[in-house]
Amino acid sequence: MTRIEIEALLADHPDFHQFTAAERARLAAWAREERYPAGTTIFNEEDPADTVFLLLEGDVAVQNALPGGPPVIIETLHTGDMLGWAWLVPPFRRMSDAIAQTDVRAVGLDAAGVRALCNAHPEMGYRLFQNWLPHLVQRFRSQRLQILDVYSERSR
Amino acid sequence: MTLPLPDPMLPMRFRVVERFDEQPGVASLALVPVEDAMPLFRPGQFNMLYAFGIGEAAISISGDPHEHGWMVHTIREVGAVSRALARIHPGGMLGLRGPFGAHWPLRRQSGRHLLFVAGGLGLAPLRPAILQALREKTRYASLTLVCGARAPEQMLYRDEVDGWARQPGMDVLRIVDHANAGWTGRVGVVTTLLGAALGPHDPESVSAFVCGPEIMMRFTARDLAIAGVPGGRIWLSLERNMKCAIGRCGRCQWGPDFLCRDGPVLPYDRVARRLAIKEL
Repeated sequence: MTRIEIEALLADHPDFHQFTAAERARLAAWAREERYPAGTTIFNEEDPADTVFLLLEGDVAVQNALPGGPPVIIETLHTGDMLGWAWLVPPFRRMSDAIAQTDVRAVGLDAAGVRALCNAHPEMGYRLFQNWLPHLVQRFRSQRLQILDVYSERSR
Repeated sequence: MTLPLPDPMLPMRFRVVERFDEQPGVASLALVPVEDAMPLFRPGQFNMLYAFGIGEAAISISGDPHEHGWMVHTIREVGAVSRALARIHPGGMLGLRGPFGAHWPLRRQSGRHLLFVAGGLGLAPLRPAILQALREKTRYASLTLVCGARAPEQMLYRDEVDGWARQPGMDVLRIVDHANAGWTGRVGVVTTLLGAALGPHDPESVSAFVCGPEIMMRFTARDLAIAGVPGGRIWLSLERNMKCAIGRCGRCQWGPDFLCRDGPVLPYDRVARRLAIKEL
């Protein structure tokens, strides 16, 4: 995928379309296409959170290992979702494993590069965080509901 | 000459003709009356089932409203009465009073997009409405079912839902709260699927029928309303401990409503504020 194609893709993306063409060009400079066949590991817990992914195609399981048992899938992410939030806050290390459930195609944004862009262009950085926050809120709310374990006898 | 109305407090004798183990602790029973005619019901209504010598419990009707040969109930074992009911085998007898309560107002939604949102065993009271909607699907703009469960092995009516998903004109989205690695379906809560379920439809033209644990219904209805589905077009099936089932004893009073008589199916705009009241 060329840089021009990535810029066009960002222009169509709901979280990036309101950025100016110059801003999208700056972001695209830190972007590359990534592909992961079904079953492969995209990242593991404790890996450096050096990339944030915009999922173009495919499904990803976000999971954590449990002592003495198989890993548990915490959530699945799908076309249009963002994969990874540990890149936003120090120590920039992954908090979960991410496994491709199907063939995955994504745009990977270099985390350090995007953070440097945000520092150099705070207005753009502010808007980027404004766009990211609803994704985090949605996932935070979902995980609250999971913690409530609504299908257990206790919650009825 | 007029025939006397049957006493609503007097159970009719029904025989279990078939029993299906849906999952551990959950069974479906197909019932036929021993002496009386098969009562007609509307999707969303419930019966009071009586395990002789043990007690009565309110159980939603989960069968096809167009199937008049027997009546189906899906029962989860949560206490002595439901455990006794769920373990009655073919040939065994139980008492039945009903049907009671308000139904899903399906027929008033002609031309609209129907969205069914089921959580866990909440699919059971929705099943009659889904079967009716599938039978008359030309009446509606579209049909979508969103199904949530705690884990893959706790997905109710799994084979039947697979069949619905294959039917033209019916979209089915499924999700589980928890799964072990290797599960290839979606993991998360039902509310994460609402955006996809509403899809390109104008939310003003969506009618939603929601059934599941009350917390799940509260979050689902709130998100649907935020997305623009009118509060008067979202219906929930609410549950409290029912005793008489005819609005006399007050056991199931919930604010100004007796859920056995005024519910269990109620519109969200009528109950939204009450859902947020603690310990009600």
